[in-house]
Amino acid sequence: MSTATAELVKVEKKGAVGVLTLNRPDALNALNHPLMDQLEAGLKSFEADASVRVVVIAGSPRAFAAGADIKEMDTKTKAEMEADKHLSRWDFVGAFPKPVIAAVSGFALGGGCELAIACDLIVAAETAQFGQPEISIGVIPGAGGTVRLAKTLGKTRAMELVLTGRRFSAQEALAWGLVNRVVPPEAVVSEALKLADQLAAQPPLAAAAAKRAIRKAIDAPMGEGLCYERGQFFALFDTQDQKEGMKAFVEKRKPNFTGK
Amino acid sequence: MSETTTAAPELLKTADGGVTTLTLNRPDVLNSLTMNMMSGLSNALKDAEKDKAVRCVILTAAGRAFCAGADLGDLKKRQSVKAFSLGDELRDHFNPLILQIRKMEKPVVGAVNGLAAGAGASLILSCDVKVCSEDAKFINAFSKVGLVPDSGMTWFLPRCMGLSLALEHAWLAKPITAQQALHFGWVNRLAPAAQVLEKAKAMAAELAQMPPLSLALTKRALNKALESGFEEQMEYEAQLQEILGRTKDHAEGVSAFLEKRKPVFKGE
Repeated sequence: MSTATAELVKVEKKGAVGVLTLNRPDALNALNHPLMDQLEAGLKSFEADASVRVVVIAGSPRAFAAGADIKEMDTKTKAEMEADKHLSRWDFVGAFPKPVIAAVSGFALGGGCELAIACDLIVAAETAQFGQPEISIGVIPGAGGTVRLAKTLGKTRAMELVLTGRRFSAQEALAWGLVNRVVPPEAVVSEALKLADQLAAQPPLAAAAAKRAIRKAIDAPMGEGLCYERGQFFALFDTQDQKEGMKAFVEKRKPNFTGK
Repeated sequence: MSETTTAAPELLKTADGGVTTLTLNRPDVLNSLTMNMMSGLSNALKDAEKDKAVRCVILTAAGRAFCAGADLGDLKKRQSVKAFSLGDELRDHFNPLILQIRKMEKPVVGAVNGLAAGAGASLILSCDVKVCSEDAKFINAFSKVGLVPDSGMTWFLPRCMGLSLALEHAWLAKPITAQQALHFGWVNRLAPAAQVLEKAKAMAAELAQMPPLSLALTKRALNKALESGFEEQMEYEAQLQEILGRTKDHAEGVSAFLEKRKPVFKGE
C-alpha cells in the first residue's frame, strides 16, 4: 500500500483490544474495495499479534457503514462479480478466530448490516438503524445477510426483512436477539471497549474454543455439535490456563491466565 | 403551493443570542398548516439542531391564533391528485414533524398566542415547555367529524391529564381553556396575550445559558421515562451520567460553583 493511500480504516491498540474504526465518513463508510482491504489487513495484523485478545470494529457516529459501494458494481456483469473476491472479506470477519465486537452507531445497511452481524457481539446505539435494502435495487444481500439473519432471527423475520428491505431499529434488534446491548449513541464505543476488556481478561484459548464450538453449533446437526464441543472441552485440559483456572478456583483466589 | 401565497413567507425565522424564533405566518387563515409550512418548519428545526450557536428554539405564530390545524384546502388539493389516504397523510407529514420536535436535542419553547386546534394543539403539546396566552383555547374536534385525535394527541392526552379527562376531552370535544390547560399541566405558565412572546423569550434566554448537553440528555431521559420501567430508567440515567460526567461543561459547572462565579457552558 502506498503512503498516499487514505486511511480508510484506523487501526489502534488499546491494551489487549484491537480497534478498527471505519473512516470514510463522507461516504457514510460505504465498504469499497480499498476499505475492505484495509479492514482485512488490520484483522490479519491483530490475528498475528498475541497481545491482541479481542477486536472491536466501530464506525462513525452517523454511520457504522451504509453499505457496499454501489458505484463499484452498478455496471458489472455476472462473471465480473463472480471473479471479484470482495464479498469474501465478510466471510473472513465471520471466521476470525478471536472475539469480534461491532460498535454500531447510525446506519448499518446492506453490506454494513452484514458486517455487523458477521461479528460475534453487537453493541448498538439507540439511534442505530439496521437493514438489508438490497431488494430495492434489484439484488439480494450477498455477504451473508440472508444466511445470518435466518440463523439468528429465524425464517419469519428474515423473510420480512429481506423481502421488504425495511429498516429496523436497535430496540427491535435487541428484542430479537440480534444485538447484545443498546446504549446512548455517545456511549457506543466506550461500552464496546468495556465489553471487550471483559472478554480480553478471559483465558484466550478457552475463548477461541468457545467461539469455535458456538460457530460449529450454528452450522452442524446436534450430534456433531455436541461431539465437537466435547473435543474442544477435552483439548483445553492440555492447557496451563485450565490448570491455573481450576487451581485458583479451589484456592479461592483470582486466576492468572497466561494464554498457554 | 397555497393559494393564499403572499409576499410574506409562511414561516418567519429570526435569530437572537442563541435563540431562534420560528413564527407560523398565515394569520389570515389562523396559521393552518400546509405541506409547505410543515416542510419549512421541519427544515428550520433541522438547521437549528445542526447550528451549534443555536441553544434554544421558540415556536410561535402570527396573529390571534397559534394554529387551527391542517389546512383543509391544501389537503383537498392533494386529495384530488392521488388516491388519498389519511393514514399516509399522517405518516408522511404530521407524524415526522411531531416526532422531530420530541427528538430534537435542544429545548423547544412553545409560545401559544391563541387558539390551537387539532394538529396545532399537537404541535404545542410536542414542544418541551410552553407559555400560553390567557385567552388561548385548545380544541380537538375530531370526534365531531367521526375521526380520532391524531398527530400524537392520543399519546399526549392521557399522560397530561389522566385517562378519564382525556377521554372526555377527546369524545365530547369541548374546548380546553388556558386556565384548564395550566391546571392539567399542558402548559407551564400563562401570560396576557401581548406578553406571551416576551415571557417565552425570557424562558428561552435562560435555557440558552444552561449546559446544552445536559439539557439534551435530560430531554432524552424524560422522553424515555414516559415509556420505560423503573430499573431500566435508572440504568439509563447511569449511562447518561457516565457520558455527561466526562464533559467539559460538567467540569466547568463544578469549578464555577467552587469558585463562586457564573459558569460558561459551551456544549462540550
